[in-house]
Amino acid sequence: MTQEITTTRSNALIDPVLHVWHAEVAVYLFLGGMVAGLMVITGLWVLRPAEASRSRALGLVPWAAPLLLSIGMFVLWLDLEHPFNAFRFYLAFRPTSPMSWGAWILLAIYPASVLLAWTTTPADVRGAVARRFPLGRYVERIGGWALQRARTVAIANVVLGAALGIYTGVLLGTLQARPLWNSAVLGPLFLVSGLSTGAAFMLLYRLDARERIVLGRADMGLILVELALVAIWLIGLGTGGSAARAAAGVLLGGPYTAAFWALVVVLGLLVPFTGEWLERRHGAVPGRFAAVLVLIGGLALRWIIVYAGQYAGWVSDLALR
Amino acid sequence: MKRNGERYGMAVDTSTCVGCSACVIACKTENAVAAGYSRDWIATSTTGTFPHLAMTIRSERCNHCEDAPCVSACPTGASYYGPGGTVLVNQRKCSGCKACVAACPYGARFIDPAVGSIDKCTFCVHRTEAGISTTACQEVCPTGSIYFGDLDDPSSEVSRQLATREHYTLLPDAGTRPKHFYLA
Repeated sequence: MTQEITTTRSNALIDPVLHVWHAEVAVYLFLGGMVAGLMVITGLWVLRPAEASRSRALGLVPWAAPLLLSIGMFVLWLDLEHPFNAFRFYLAFRPTSPMSWGAWILLAIYPASVLLAWTTTPADVRGAVARRFPLGRYVERIGGWALQRARTVAIANVVLGAALGIYTGVLLGTLQARPLWNSAVLGPLFLVSGLSTGAAFMLLYRLDARERIVLGRADMGLILVELALVAIWLIGLGTGGSAARAAAGVLLGGPYTAAFWALVVVLGLLVPFTGEWLERRHGAVPGRFAAVLVLIGGLALRWIIVYAGQYAGWVSDLALR
Repeated sequence: MKRNGERYGMAVDTSTCVGCSACVIACKTENAVAAGYSRDWIATSTTGTFPHLAMTIRSERCNHCEDAPCVSACPTGASYYGPGGTVLVNQRKCSGCKACVAACPYGARFIDPAVGSIDKCTFCVHRTEAGISTTACQEVCPTGSIYFGDLDDPSSEVSRQLATREHYTLLPDAGTRPKHFYLA
């Protein structure tokens, strides 16, 4: 059966395939996932019992969470067709809409991530900020309140970070009309990918050898889990109904096959895993090679899923009646 | 979802629809739809293998689903169930995030480039609210293929057609429970 729209509908957003979400959304999902990973990892780090020494870089890297999130939210704001109505997100809470959940989670993340960053910032830097800035006294007072509750702040960051990481996947996963996205695995997949990119982002900085080894090992585990989730996602789609199977075909022989397997699976997961494994086997401290590839792979994952998901729809031949 | 004591629905007779597009033009005129866009459209399905071919022509639009994924996906409450169970958009609340466009399996929604918010078929709610019982597409249809009315009123034209004719909805497996039907 062939189906065509014969007259007048020339909506470039929908025909012949959906084109509503572009690079802005992919970049936001990547940055959001990375921020989620940063919050969870740095939060857990504070909660670790052995807190003897911490490199300055590790103490300062939590500031990246609110900064990267701001970039991500700005990019997302650019994607809105009616950007000056963005405040409407905060005049409603719609429990059935993951985007509404996300808007409110993002709002809670700002104070939580800034407070965590303040508690991990080296004391001399904190003192300098408090001395030099006009409102330093108030910063110190609020910061002091957070310092007394460092563990609570850390737990809040782990919980909110996990919520952010999961919601970025659920956002796409609940859209039943887009069978490639319509999988419950997408939430965990995006969370694990976010944790992996968060660890990779931290490895870009001058952490000490002990910290790098912890992150490198964690990343190896995360990559394995991510590979398993990718497999489960594609198995789920490939054994689903006609629309899901057609969607799986987009990555298994269809137009996004080469990009997905080359950039996400090989370059973004298998090569960095092998690199980290070799580093570990030879007793080397994890460097930046694997980290950069993980970041490229994380961006490619979001980018390709955003575009490929819009390529596959319900309105395919047999699904119509 | 029942409002105003009515539950509006539509049925298109595919055995008489000739795909002339008068409904599309009437809608554009009635609702001042942005240039290049339309709230309803004609779809043609061809089935079978030559020479045993069959063609179905349908006048399609928003299905005003009872369980509308666009309303569920909307983060601001801009998409809502309006009078008679119609699925409407409050443009003042719409941020143009396009979650509803992505959520609709029928491709019934689009961005109105002039205002940056979502536009779609309203079942001519401005007419029904003013006491006019027909939609613009229905009124202009030269073959009388479009039926519109209260699905809960067994004496309405659309109910009588659905009671006596074989009919279907689009993508029933999507679970959206459309209130727009096609008479076979």
